[in-house]
Amino acid sequence: MEKRNRKGWLYLLPALLFLGVFMVYPLIDVLIYSLEEGYNFASQTYQGVGIFNYSYVLHDPYFLQAVKNTFLLVIITVPLSTGIALLLSAGLSSIRPLRQAYQTIYFLPYVTNTLAVGLVFMILFKRTPYSDGFANLILSWFGTGPVDFIDGPYWAKMFVLCFYTIWVVMPFKVLILTSAMASVNQNYYNAARIDGTSSLRIFTRITLPMISPTVFYLIITGFIGAFKAYSDAVALFGTDLNAAGMNTIVGYVYDMLYGNSGGYPSYAAAAAIILFAIVLTITCINLMVSKKHVHYE
Amino acid sequence: MKVVLQNLTKTYPNRNKKAPGQVVAVNDFTMEIPDGKLIGLLGPSGCGKSTTLNLLSGLQKPTSGKIFFGEDDVTDLPPENRGVGLVFQNYALYPHLTVKQNITFPLENRKGADKLTKQQMLEKATAAAKLVQIEELMDRKPNELSGGQQQRVAIARALVKMPRILLLDEPLSNLDARLRLQTREELRRIQRETGITTIFVTHDQEEAMSISDLIVVMNAGVIQQIGEPQQVYDNPSNLFVAKFLGTPPINVFSGTIQNGMLYIGRDAVLPCKGLADQPVTVGIRPEGFQLCEDGPLCCSLKGVEVMGRDISVVSTHTACQSQTIRSIIRAENAVDTSLTTVRFSLNPKKVFLFHGETGNRLQFAQE
Repeated sequence: MEKRNRKGWLYLLPALLFLGVFMVYPLIDVLIYSLEEGYNFASQTYQGVGIFNYSYVLHDPYFLQAVKNTFLLVIITVPLSTGIALLLSAGLSSIRPLRQAYQTIYFLPYVTNTLAVGLVFMILFKRTPYSDGFANLILSWFGTGPVDFIDGPYWAKMFVLCFYTIWVVMPFKVLILTSAMASVNQNYYNAARIDGTSSLRIFTRITLPMISPTVFYLIITGFIGAFKAYSDAVALFGTDLNAAGMNTIVGYVYDMLYGNSGGYPSYAAAAAIILFAIVLTITCINLMVSKKHVHYE
Repeated sequence: MKVVLQNLTKTYPNRNKKAPGQVVAVNDFTMEIPDGKLIGLLGPSGCGKSTTLNLLSGLQKPTSGKIFFGEDDVTDLPPENRGVGLVFQNYALYPHLTVKQNITFPLENRKGADKLTKQQMLEKATAAAKLVQIEELMDRKPNELSGGQQQRVAIARALVKMPRILLLDEPLSNLDARLRLQTREELRRIQRETGITTIFVTHDQEEAMSISDLIVVMNAGVIQQIGEPQQVYDNPSNLFVAKFLGTPPINVFSGTIQNGMLYIGRDAVLPCKGLADQPVTVGIRPEGFQLCEDGPLCCSLKGVEVMGRDISVVSTHTACQSQTIRSIIRAENAVDTSLTTVRFSLNPKKVFLFHGETGNRLQFAQE
């Protein structure tokens, strides 16, 4: 028994080493950084230990803007993208002809280069000297007026960011959900059909509970992914996100480290720890809520 | 509810590209199922019995032919409008719902004038649960139930909406041997109490024989014989039915008819009038053998198995189509196991003759 134990640890060692070096150590290090006040990057010295860094970050209007942006992004995109993905997957699962073709089309964004996607979004939304962008063309048909989605009002920029985020995460969600739906035993559907169950009721009472572990997985990863949003905003609004008012928490962390106003690892560390605490809290709430609604067979 | 199947045929396109054409799952199935009876659809796997059940439930559409429930032509009706209850082989209980929710599920689907109040649903569900004796399990989830209990829940769910026809797909195959015996009695009782015309599919001939009012023996999509279990057993219409029914199975010999005598090998075993000289296949039920010191059929003795009430004599014969002959003899007839041969006389009622090629039954007069 003793020998087998040692063997087990041996097998776990590579994974533990990697986790330790790249996860646990940095986490502790970041925590230490965040508590060191007046840290000097050049001399690697600090003046004291305390929570000043947190207080600074929490009073920084840029950080508060980033928190607001991130929360809006999370609250809007996670439910919407999961809901739309569910509808699309249900539709894909119920059609027979051309299903493969549709599945491929819905999966294309997943394999498309980010730069190409950025270009497409520029055509859709960006104002140039020659056009107002495709979105404004559609708006003009309804008689409303050109909106600057990239440099204009806050809600327009937020709309584009949410639209982009939903669009980017959709293929993965649809892929996972269609395979989850395909794995539901056909007998349940047959039983429901014999009993005259409407398709809406079949979806809400049978399909949804049956695939609830997968939906839950997508919601958790969706939350975490949206909280970590950064590159999407950069792709749309450029690197100076604070000026655009579209920064995210991760963007703030990056700016504090390497941005134009950067060079403050202590503030960055404090912001990172705050983000960590937020994600941890939300995930715990998710787990507690899911106990009631997720059915594992 | 009387059920009439008229020339029901179901074909599938053949997936095998080398052999294009169609697979005929059910071929020209015509029968009338009387009201309030328990019918067993019996056959080996792949004989089309489950397809027949699916055609009845409406989950599959027939290629041709018609289905009537009473006077209604239901051939083109979708399953939800047919009023059938179906119990699936693996029960298909919704795992995330409790027993109570599972049973009320079909009732909650009703709309408009048929809509029931919560109270009415609960009453109906309780009545159905009482019928199958699972009232005390109402708040459990399916995975907290034994196989037999799940099976009862599935039956209750099928019965709660008072179906016109109850269909059961291999209802006992997922149960252990003891439970199977018990449950088949239960099925019989439930069917009697409700009086609902019930059709069940099985590959187990014993199961079908023991509880059915009528059995339908199928092979390769074609009805072989329809009748009361005992009558089908005593009077099989062809070699397939004779072989399929009965445990231990019937003993099959190659034989010939010469001058009104049946020969098995060189032994003239039975006079049979009215048949021309021809090669025949002879089926003899295990209980058709009688030990007789100067009996006409001489077999080499392999052993004796004691079963208490009966003994089973295992022997061989060169003309036998299987390796051993199994005959059931009353236990008071002792067999001398030191002998190498054993002689039998035959009970002509237990001897069936079949055409050597087609396998169809040949009737013969004994004297």
